[in-house]
Amino acid sequence: MTPTTMPDDHPARSGSGDHHAKIIRQTAADLAAKIRDRQLSSVEVTRAHLERIAEVDGEVHAFLYVDGERALADAARIDAKIAAGEPVGPLAGVPVAVKDVFAYSGAPTTCGSKILSGWLPPYDATVVHRLLDSDLVILGKTNMDEFAMGSSTENSAYGPTHNPWDLSRIPGGSGGGSSASLAAFESPLAIGSDTGGSIRQPAAVTGTVGVKPTYGGTSRYGLVALASSLDQPGPCARTVLDAALLHQVIAGHDPCDSTSIDAPVPDVVAAARSGDVTGLKIGVVTELGGEGYAPGVEQRFRESVDLLASLGAEIVEVSCPHFVYALPTYYLILPAECSSNLAKFDAMRYGLRVGDDGTASAEQVMATTRQAGFGAEVKRRIILGTYALSSGYYDAYYGQAQKVRTLISRDFERAFGQADVLISPSTPLTAFQIGEKVDDPLAMYYNDLCTIPSNLAGNASGSFPVGLAPEDGLPVGLQVMAPPLADDRVYRVGAALERALTERWGGSLLDRVPELAVPA
Amino acid sequence: MTAVLQYEDAMAAFDPVLGLEVHVELNTASKMFCGCSTAFGAEPNTQVCAVCLGLPGALPVVNAKAVESAIRIGLALNCRVAEWCRFARKNYFYPDMPKNYQISQYDEPICYDGWTEVVLDGETYRIGIERAHMEEDTGKSLHVGGATGRIHGADYSLLDYNRAGVPLIEIVTKPIEGTGAKAPQVARAYVAMLRDLVRALGVSDVRMEQGSLRCDANVSLRPLGTTAYGTRTETKNVNSLRSVERAVRYEITRQAAVLAGGGRVIQETRHWHEDSGTTTAGRSKEMAEDYRYFPEPDLVPIAPSRAWVSELRGTLPEPPAERLRRVSAEWGFSDLELRDVVNAGAVNVIEATVAAGASPQSARKWWLSEIARRANEAGVDLEDVRITPRQVAEIQALVDSGTINDRLARQVFDGVIAGEGSPAEVVAARKLAVVSDEGALSTAVDAAIAANPDVADKIRSGKVQAAGALIGAVMKDLRGQADASRVRELILQRLG
Repeated sequence: MTPTTMPDDHPARSGSGDHHAKIIRQTAADLAAKIRDRQLSSVEVTRAHLERIAEVDGEVHAFLYVDGERALADAARIDAKIAAGEPVGPLAGVPVAVKDVFAYSGAPTTCGSKILSGWLPPYDATVVHRLLDSDLVILGKTNMDEFAMGSSTENSAYGPTHNPWDLSRIPGGSGGGSSASLAAFESPLAIGSDTGGSIRQPAAVTGTVGVKPTYGGTSRYGLVALASSLDQPGPCARTVLDAALLHQVIAGHDPCDSTSIDAPVPDVVAAARSGDVTGLKIGVVTELGGEGYAPGVEQRFRESVDLLASLGAEIVEVSCPHFVYALPTYYLILPAECSSNLAKFDAMRYGLRVGDDGTASAEQVMATTRQAGFGAEVKRRIILGTYALSSGYYDAYYGQAQKVRTLISRDFERAFGQADVLISPSTPLTAFQIGEKVDDPLAMYYNDLCTIPSNLAGNASGSFPVGLAPEDGLPVGLQVMAPPLADDRVYRVGAALERALTERWGGSLLDRVPELAVPA
Repeated sequence: MTAVLQYEDAMAAFDPVLGLEVHVELNTASKMFCGCSTAFGAEPNTQVCAVCLGLPGALPVVNAKAVESAIRIGLALNCRVAEWCRFARKNYFYPDMPKNYQISQYDEPICYDGWTEVVLDGETYRIGIERAHMEEDTGKSLHVGGATGRIHGADYSLLDYNRAGVPLIEIVTKPIEGTGAKAPQVARAYVAMLRDLVRALGVSDVRMEQGSLRCDANVSLRPLGTTAYGTRTETKNVNSLRSVERAVRYEITRQAAVLAGGGRVIQETRHWHEDSGTTTAGRSKEMAEDYRYFPEPDLVPIAPSRAWVSELRGTLPEPPAERLRRVSAEWGFSDLELRDVVNAGAVNVIEATVAAGASPQSARKWWLSEIARRANEAGVDLEDVRITPRQVAEIQALVDSGTINDRLARQVFDGVIAGEGSPAEVVAARKLAVVSDEGALSTAVDAAIAANPDVADKIRSGKVQAAGALIGAVMKDLRGQADASRVRELILQRLG
């Protein structure tokens, strides 16, 4: 486990509790405005969040690494920039947490795996570079399922993350650290990566906002690959506008990523500010609902559909018949790509090395290290993928899966001919108990049933909180799917829901997160 | 000791079929998928970055210049250029490959279905080209300790990733049949032709000794008069023209002995040993690694526009076989002379020397004797000897004008190559011009006659061939700096 460092003048010693408690509950947009107007300093805001992390992360375990000194130094530099009247980014001075799957130079980057322990990237991921370039303050790296394989963060080699709504439950995965850091008010913003729902499913089960941009909309350079054709970095936040502002900072063409799209970034911020769904055609996907969905999930979803209709949207029902094959398709393509992507972790150049006793061959050291350094789920998928790509099986598995993938994309194309956006529950179920599904991979995979189709087709998709399930009092998410490069529509619908629901609830859903016990 | 048949006996019973895979390292300034330099010979691991080290998170971006070079090579080999193609990952674990997969091309090569010709001893052989595809090179391993220099049995290994990611074009022939006993020479002539072609295209330095052109030779035998292919072996990393010929020849004799003894050729890769001129078994292909190729998801497909392809078609040099036929007619060399020129890689320099005014025979003479000897001694290519075709032509012009003779010319070569200036400057500085002062010549001739009265008597009595001894004496006196025919004239004038 990576040591967590705190500055000398740690605020837990200097005590400014009340003031800090107010800071950490504010939105990123508000914090940015106040920092820019010099009502608050970035150092103050950063310190408040570091203090919160120190207080509650022992219970939540959202972070694998926090570098308070570096964060405060960055914050001080940004404050100086603002004081000098230099131009700064729209989220200047606001802290952000980064999933531990992105290279951040000089900070340990483990991907939740033992095999990368000790590796310090010598370079920044493009997303990280853009955060720093836009004057955000990186607090640290958040926990995740090992190499982003999982839906609960239980597959982290460094222990699970706990859901702030109920610490006995999972915060989703693989980006459970990022979502939990938001719900626990440890960070106002976080970066995730979404391969089959790793941004959206954690957002759904923690009552936060998470968006998977259009594939190619954000750069994968420096994102340690799980499945290259599915992975996509994206924003995580507590409000739709905050997510849009973060999206705007990290998105856009990157010449270092060949799959990055060279097109203007859709105006997601304007869409998030507008929230106008009048006349928007919203398609409810028949195949994503019904049997196997929790009653509370279905109930909140139906209420949301009615709400959108009342806001002037036109609701239609659309069928995507091949979505029922999305899960098996995904579990052939993903393991195939990851079996190759993870081959580089072989003890030869960096990270863990086991069994190098001076007599073992390079091949033996590779095998021993991989045996010791990878967890069970990673091994399972490497074995599956190696098999699926093997000579004689390729056509039947990988080849066939790619064909079905095309059919799923065509389902989307047809559906987007009938509706401007598609909606569904984000997940079939709410947050489950830690340990409940660890021995049942198929039950675990089932959590990504609704989110996987958008990864296979590459379109934009986001999850927004729409209430608590009556039966367990846990958050429910609604998924909005938009055509490729129409990410703004995702935010438009999300903002409409947020505005109406906040009004209905008399505040944010996250106001209802139970107080975490703060050590005296 | 592996049994081999005499080559002639092998040819009496078997018909060889070849397949040649040639890897050409491109001379792009940067690597295939990143901006690192491709320069040869740098300190280990100084030309590396996150991408070519395969660090977690790094992504490849295709070098457009490498694609252009691939297309030009394909067009020069009369290939079809794919309208759409992809890279693929070839998966296997080896420490010199940072990602444990190589980005290559599999079932969608950029160039395919072409042909070329090689000319050997006046005969033209048509060779089908299966494909020419792009891929990245691996790093280099240095296995320290152990007997074989291979990874098994080594104490430890050192890895240099400077070469990792250097762009390669792999050119694969279709089965080459019908060459009969000339198979080894055809193989050599094909690789020589590729080397000249690639050099003419300007896409590679093609220095075989630096590994920028590497050949894998597939050889199989079938009984004479049959058509089904026999089991093949693949001899890896045959890295000189001479070795290509020797390795093919050796494999033919080895396989012939196996088959003649009632045995079965094992499908395997074999290692070539330059020193012993033999091959030994490597990895058996019957337990072949499964490379689990699949389309590279980190890269987008390549779709060269037809306009670009036809623009590139306009940049091609003259096809090597056509060029050989042309120069052979122009120069009037015998088949044997031409083969020596081709094998020495001297076509370019001779052509340039002829263009600078020298006769073809004199150009051939200098490049294949004086300069080839110096190139061999220095272990470099002809073109790397520090003398230009123009300077060679100038030296020959000095010979033709009688300013120097062939013997003095050798000293001029020494001077020019040593950087002492132009041929004329070297002649002046080293005082190499022949003595054309009649007075000095006459004095030397008279002295020689006086010193050799018996020889002089023989000449006077009609034995003109005895003049050689007197000419030799005069030349010795004048330290070789005389025109021998003029000396002969003067002697005969006096004694005739």
